[in-house]
This record gives sequence, C-alpha cells and structure tokens, in this order.
Amino acid sequence: MSLLTISGSPHVHTQQSVKSIMYGVVIAMIPAIFVSVYFFGIDAARVLLISVLGCLFFEWIIQKYLIKGPVTINDGSALVTGVLLAFNVPSNLPMWIILLGALVSIGIGKMSFGGLGKNPFNPALVGRVFLLISFPVQMTSWPMPKALFGEGITDAITGPTTLGILKEGLDAGKTVQEIMASPTFPGYVNDLMGAQAGSLGEISALALLLGALFMLIRKIITWHIPAAYIGSAVVFSGILWMVDPTQFIDPLMHLLAGGMILGVFFMATDMVSSPMTARGQIVFGVGAGLLTIVIRVWGAYPEGVSFAILIMNAFTPLINNMFKPKRFGEVVKNG
Amino acid sequence: MKTFTLGGVHPEENKLSADKIIEVLPLPEKVYVPVSQSLGAPSKVVVEKGAMVKTGQLIAKGESFISANVHSPVSGKVVKVDDVIDSSGYKRQAVFIDVIGDEWEESIDRSPEIVSEITADRDTIIKKINALGVVGLGGATFPSHVKLMVPDGKKAEYLLINGVECEPYLTADHRLMLEKGEEMLIGISILKKALGVSKAFIGIESNKPDAIEHLKRLCANHQGIDVIPLKVKYPQGGEKQLIKAVVNREVPSGKLPIEVGCVVNNVGTALAVYEAIQKNKPLIERIVTVTGKSVAKPSNFMVRIGTPVSTLIEAAGGLPENTGKVISGGPMMGKALTSLEAPVVKGTSGILIMPAEESKRTQVLNCIRCGRCITACPMGLEPVLLAQLSENLLFERAEAERIMDCIECGSCHYTCPAGRPLLDYLRLGKNKTGLLIRNRVKK
Amino acid sequence: MNETIVFAVISLSAIGGTSAVILYFVAQKFKVIEDPRIDIVNEKLPGANCGGCGFAGCRAFAEEAVKTGDLSKLNCPVGGNDTMKDIAAVLGLEPEEKEPMIAVLRCSGSRVNAPQKVAYEGASSCAFAHVLSSGESGCPNGCLGLGDCVVSCKFDAIYIDDTTGLPVISDENCVACGACVTACPRSIIELRKKGKKDRRIFVSCVNTEKGGPAKKNCAVACIGCGKCVKECPYEAITLQNNLAYIDYDKCRLCRKCEPVCPTSAILELNFPPRKEKAAEAEKVDGPVTEG
Repeated sequence: MSLLTISGSPHVHTQQSVKSIMYGVVIAMIPAIFVSVYFFGIDAARVLLISVLGCLFFEWIIQKYLIKGPVTINDGSALVTGVLLAFNVPSNLPMWIILLGALVSIGIGKMSFGGLGKNPFNPALVGRVFLLISFPVQMTSWPMPKALFGEGITDAITGPTTLGILKEGLDAGKTVQEIMASPTFPGYVNDLMGAQAGSLGEISALALLLGALFMLIRKIITWHIPAAYIGSAVVFSGILWMVDPTQFIDPLMHLLAGGMILGVFFMATDMVSSPMTARGQIVFGVGAGLLTIVIRVWGAYPEGVSFAILIMNAFTPLINNMFKPKRFGEVVKNG
Repeated sequence: MKTFTLGGVHPEENKLSADKIIEVLPLPEKVYVPVSQSLGAPSKVVVEKGAMVKTGQLIAKGESFISANVHSPVSGKVVKVDDVIDSSGYKRQAVFIDVIGDEWEESIDRSPEIVSEITADRDTIIKKINALGVVGLGGATFPSHVKLMVPDGKKAEYLLINGVECEPYLTADHRLMLEKGEEMLIGISILKKALGVSKAFIGIESNKPDAIEHLKRLCANHQGIDVIPLKVKYPQGGEKQLIKAVVNREVPSGKLPIEVGCVVNNVGTALAVYEAIQKNKPLIERIVTVTGKSVAKPSNFMVRIGTPVSTLIEAAGGLPENTGKVISGGPMMGKALTSLEAPVVKGTSGILIMPAEESKRTQVLNCIRCGRCITACPMGLEPVLLAQLSENLLFERAEAERIMDCIECGSCHYTCPAGRPLLDYLRLGKNKTGLLIRNRVKK
Repeated sequence: MNETIVFAVISLSAIGGTSAVILYFVAQKFKVIEDPRIDIVNEKLPGANCGGCGFAGCRAFAEEAVKTGDLSKLNCPVGGNDTMKDIAAVLGLEPEEKEPMIAVLRCSGSRVNAPQKVAYEGASSCAFAHVLSSGESGCPNGCLGLGDCVVSCKFDAIYIDDTTGLPVISDENCVACGACVTACPRSIIELRKKGKKDRRIFVSCVNTEKGGPAKKNCAVACIGCGKCVKECPYEAITLQNNLAYIDYDKCRLCRKCEPVCPTSAILELNFPPRKEKAAEAEKVDGPVTEG
C-alpha cells in the first residue's frame, strides 16, 4: 500500500475546473462562429484561425521563453481570448493586424500582469480597443454580409454597421424613423439573425443568446451581470427614447444592434475582470449599461460596449472592496 | 421545502451504507481510551495501572465546567496510562485497557425494554448528563450539560434536533433515526424538560424519506415534537444553518444559538441522553459508519469508544489495496488519519476510506476571481480574500473581514475551479487570529 | 502654429511658477521640526526595514535611538557592531560590543534520518501543516520543510535543500534578525552565538518525546540519555523533557560532548577534522564521527 495522504478537509472536490469553464465558454461561442462563417464566408474562418493561433502562440512563447514558467496554453483561456478577439474585428482585417491584436491581448492585456487571473482588464477587449484606436480605417470598414437567406458573397463591398448608419444619419440631421425606413437599413429581424454589417461575432443576437443560455444552464456565468447590464441599458435608453423618439434609438434596437449581446454575455461576465460578489456584479452591470448608452448616444464612436466594459473593469477592485456579500447574522430577523 | 438561504453546495451524496442495519461490533481485544474526548479542559484519570475496571466505570473525571467524564467502555485490566498517537499524529493521554469478559456496572439497565416515563426532574437530568459523560455527537463534542444550562437573561424557545446528516457518505444518524427512533424521541422529551421548552423540531434532509416517514409516525405519540423535512444542501447540519432553515432566525456573529432562543442537539446526543437518564448508561459506545467506494462491505457499526480504527476497517471487509486516504468523519469536514491505530472517540461519526486516485487534490492554479467561493460560503464571507489575507499574515484585517465567523465547512475549497486550498489558509488564519484576540483579551 | 507654442509655454510656466510659490509657503507653514540626527542615524542603518531590532523599520529605530539617547537596549542585528559604533559616534555615546549571533536549525530529520510515513498535501505553510498533523515523518517536533522560514527571511539566507528537505541557513547572509525564529511554528530555529571562526556546537533536535518514540520516527533524535550532560566539563548542558540543550554562553567549544552522543544528535559546525585533536578525543572514549 502506498503512503496515506494527509490533507485538510474537504476531501472531495467539484467537477468544475478552470479548464471546464473555459472550454464551456468556447462551446457557447460555437453558434456565433457558425453564423459568422455563414454570413462572411471563408474570410471569417480565416480571421478566427489566425486570432486563435496567434493568441495560443504568443501565450506559449511568453510563458516558455520570457517568464520561463509552466506553460498553460491548454487551459483554454488563450483560446477564449482568441475567439473573442476575432469576434470583435471585421472579417476583412489583414493578417498582420490580427496578429498584432493577439500580441497586445495576450502580451499586454494578460501576461504583463502575471497571466490568467491577474489581469485587471479583459484581454480580448484590450486588444480590440488597441486595434480600434491604432487602425481606425481597417477596423471600421465592415464587409457586407450576404442576405439572410440569399446566395452569393459580396466580397469587396463594405458598409457601415447598423449603429453606424444611425449615428451618421442622426448627425446629418435625419430622424430615427427616416433612417430606419431606408431600404439599406437592416432592421430588427436581420439584426437578430445576423444579416448586418459588423464585427464577426456580434452580428447575430440569436446565436449569442443561444450560447448565453448554455452558459447559464451550465452555471458558467450567473445572471447578475447580464441582467443588470441589459436592465440598465434598456431603462436608460428607454427614458431617452420616450423623451424624444425621433432623436434617440429605441431600447430594442440598442440591444440587437452592435456588440451589446456579445459584450453582455461573453465579455462583461469575464470572471477575472468582473467583481466577485453578487451585489458588486449588479453594480458593475448597471454601470456598464449606463456607460454603453452614454457613449453610443453622445460619444464619437457609434459603438460603446468595449469602452464601457473596460472602464467598469477598472472599477472592479473598488467595487469588490465596497460591495461585500451579505454576511450571515448581519441582520437579525426574529420570527 | 425549507432550507438555509446563503451559499451552500451539493456534493455527491454517496450514501452507500444507508440500508445497512446497525451491527454490534464484537468486543476488541484492547482499547485505548483518550482522556480528553470533548471540547474544553482535559479530564483527570482516576484509575491506576493494574486496576480492574467494569464496563461503564468512571475512569477520568472532568474537573472544570466545560469538560466531560470518561467511562470505561469495556471490562478488563488497565495496562497503563500513557500517550497514544491520536488521529492527527500528536500524542494524547489515554487509558490502555486489555479486555477481559464483558462485566457491566450493576447500576446500568441493560434490558431492551423502552422506558418512556420521565421521572427525573430538571436538575437531576443535567447532573446525570454531566456525570455520565454525554457530549454532542455531531462532531464538535461539546459537553451536553453546558448546553442545557441556559445563561441568565436568556430563554430557550425551541429545541432543534439535528438529523440532517448533510455530510456525504455518512449514514450513522440515518440508521439511528430508523432503528432507535422511539428511544431518541424520549431523549428529545427529556431534553425539552431540561430546557423547559414546549416545542422541538427534528430537521431531516429530504434524501432520507424513510426516516422522515418513520419519525412522523412515531411523533404522533409525543407532544410538541415535529419533523421538518429540509431541502438537501450542504452544510445544513451546521448549527447556524439549521436554525436558519428550520425557524428562519440568524444567530448573530460571534454569538451562540441561545441568543435567538434555540438549542441544537444531534440525534445521537438525544439517544445518549435517553440511555443516560432512563437506563443509567454512560456514553461508552456510538454508531460509526465505515464506508467508501472501494470498501467491500460498507456498514454501520455500534462500536465501543477506544476501539482502534483498524478493527472497524477489518470488520467492514479490510483495508482495500489501493487506499490513499482514511478519513475520520465525512469527506467535507473529516480529518485524514495519520495512523489506523488511532482509537474511536466520542466524536467519531464515520470512517471513510478513499482510493488513491480520489484522494489526491487537483492541481493548484491561479485564482481566476470567479467568486464561486463567495457564492458558496454559507456564512456570507469572502474566502478568497480571507485566504489571501492569512497567506500574507494580515490577521487584523482578516478579523475585520470576519474570519472568525468561518464554520470550516469546506464549501469554498470544494467549489474552487482552480483547486486552491482556501480552507487550509482560512484555518491557519482562524488559528492565528484567535491567538491575536486571546492575547488582546489577556492584556 | 508658433503662437500656439508660445502660448503653451507661457501658460505652463505661469502655472508652474504660481504652484511653486504656493508650495513654498505651505511648506514653510506646515514645517515639522525634526531632530536632524534622526536622518543621520537612519542613513547609517542598513535600510532593510527587517524589523529584527523590534521596531517597525530602520526609521523607527533611528527615532527611538535619538529620542532616548540610550543605545544599551537597542541593537541592529543586521548592521552588527560596526553600525552600532557608527550610531554611537553620531549620538556621542560609548559603543557597546555585542557578540554576533546567527540562526541555527535544530533539526536533522532529513528524508533519510526521518523517513516519510504519510504524504502531506495542501497549503505549503508550516503553520497550517503543524495545526493539521504531526507531519510526514511523524515527529511532532521536527521540521516540516514547507519553508515558512524561507518566506520570512528578507536576506536570502535560507533555502530548502532538495535532497534533505530541510532548510539551510547561509553563514554569510544570515544577520540574526530573528524573523525565522518567530516564523517557525515548532520553534526549531534558534539564535545562537556565531562563535569564533563560525564554530558552533549544538543539539540538533527539539523532540521532547521519550527515547523510544523519538527514535522510532528519527534516527538522529535526542533521546535524552544524558551522556553529554555528564561529559561536559563546564556544566553547559542541561536536560529537560527528554531533551538536552547546550547553553551557548557556557559552552567553550571543547568538543567533548559530540562523540558521546549515541544518536549523533549533537552537531559541530566548521571545526577542523577530528584527527588533529585525536589524542584528546580518544581519551574521552568515543568513535570519531563526522560533524
């Protein structure tokens, strides 16, 4: 018989591990991957592949030769970052820009802080925002997807995203109704299904919701951040919309267009950079929702999800400190 | 169905011995009876080397308010009073007895008849419980008479009986409720009388429907005792969690259950009280579950205190070839044994044998700040923060973050996807913070 | 374009100048008058802020020294006599010589001497392992080898030897600050006199069990036989709780105790090989054992 093991209790452990969580997220992103390949063709697959391989490669090379520590590229976190980064860029992005994004995501966003678990910001978003600011032209020339049930890829044609159309129109003095009535405007159904110009992963709200449902059922994420995020975004944009429906976009359009659903379920819920307590997560979600709408309505960019989440990431340590869980025996109730 | 609100986890239940009738283990050849088997001050040995003792004879006397008497679990000859290596590998004073025959003290009523009429008054009950060494059998082994003496200015309203047995694998309490239900209920009535309360609740998790059914039927004949089925969730057997689940009151931080008018006792304690008061029998034996996936014959044994653990394992089919860990208690809160010669004590509720492949911990990774430990904590603490603080020796801050509220249930470590030894550090922190507080009080 | 630059330079200079004036007056107004000697003493100190002197850091030590003007109760173990002499000179006091000390590990329960009986898994913290169980070797007093002392050492003077599993204390780096002494949950590490030419003799065991149980777990445990006590001509060795202890103030490093120890629990460090003193050693009857 081998030696008896001595350790403190507990002596049993849950099946869930970092690996299972990370691969669970990857599984949840599969529907959106299919949608992107369906609408953008082989180009989408190319971006995904380069981004994922880039992230894995940079993580490996940094861990092996720079940190000279254990290599943990199979824990799935670099894979998640890779897919998320690809989800956040247009499908016609040149290879070198994607690789640069992967390097910034992994190298600066994650490894420079000490690797998985130590990064204050969501690595994929760090990469995405870096690219957006450095290469605004390449990052905002969106290839047009093919029609929802139509044939043929419209390779060379690029066009603005749904939010871009709205922003441009509003800036030009048109009303929301006029813009939405134009034949080139994608509309609710196309936005839900994915037939709109935009980054790879953000186009189809339906596919993303499918993945989100999977994550909620498997308890990979909890409802707090998404509910608070969507709730605050809907309430805030709803108030604006009720004030003046001609100048402000309605809440449903806010949800379906742009990266809202992707951000809410896949990036705001990133455990490392979001608060740990339920109370804190709700504060985080509310803050991110408000910021998103503020940036979308009054900011220079039509899209605000990435910035909103990154800003709230910066507040995470503060939120963790301020919003403690409800302690047992804190409020004495008798009866 | 009722349960507690904050936190909790659902480990695999694995109640392998739930349908195994309690077997009386044959007398061992020798026993080592540790002198200190309960919380509080150690007791003083009152027998000498070479003395002949009878079963049930007092061998060590508790001398302070919080300490308990120890009685000889067998009849025979005291070989020596010496140190025995206990379950954690440290030395403890014990009485070594070679078993000769099985001669009991005359005062003990050994007939199987159930004595249901309670003649003893309150003071007699408390005195007798003290004299006969009854301690809490749920694991903490707090001397029972202390719990029954309600401090001035406080009033007990409810007696809660803990039949939850939320630890996976263990079935001792389950079997006890099924096979000794009537005796246990009389024990509860005695406890009620001692406390002067009119209402008692027995909390049982719904994974024991037969016990709930059985006790509900028996309760019809007992005034003021109700069975409360509870939703399965670990750690419902924790005193504070049970009170929250059954009567929806929260014991304030750092306070005892009596603060909210409750007294909690284990089902095993209720049976021990019955035997002490109605049968004059001291606490010399208890039910121990011997179980594990690799064990040939998972069983529930009636065991004399002081029996070496190896004897129990032998009776359950021997130690499996691939054993990696032997645990005294359940898998969530039990203690890994360093030696199989350690004796069964009053607080031993089970012996769990784990195969080597299951006894290794998972690899420790970076914390990914998922907050699962916070969600799982039944006390509303932040295990991740507390573990960090105690790893960095910041015990003052840990105290402010209420580390002393931790009940060491292990839910945090159980649920951690990165496999971090959270409870190890929490225990260390509690230990050091406790020291800090005691030193402050002294000053 | 040029105008912009000029405007920027002028406005920034103005802001800078105004701020400087304000800061100057604020600094004057809120000036804290401090004994200048504190700074001088502070500079003489090693600056490691190790706490070995019993104060929160070097600055606190300097404040205390200047405030009390008395060095008899103060000592910087890191800087040693040289530093204390410097400080005494600053404060105009007579320097006191203090014998240099060093941390000593009083356990030889290596993997060979005290074989593993159970496998420990969990937090790598001696303090926790100590609370949990007697440890892998079964010795309730022996070194757990999880390195709380290594973590506590600010001078890089301790590391865990991979083959023995025991900490090794470096003669050069150790400054006897005492951090490891406090960190060890089993009080195995002791500060002893460094000794002439780093020569030291001590009982390398803190086990208080009786001979039998002690020997069962570890081949080199002190079994409390008392032979060394009888052997010592200077009454430097005492026996308490089955454990011998050599008082470093009384010990004259005569090396008579080491050969008589039946379990080789007494260690000699940095002595020349026995052969030189062979004649004397034989007189004391005892096999020559390596130090």
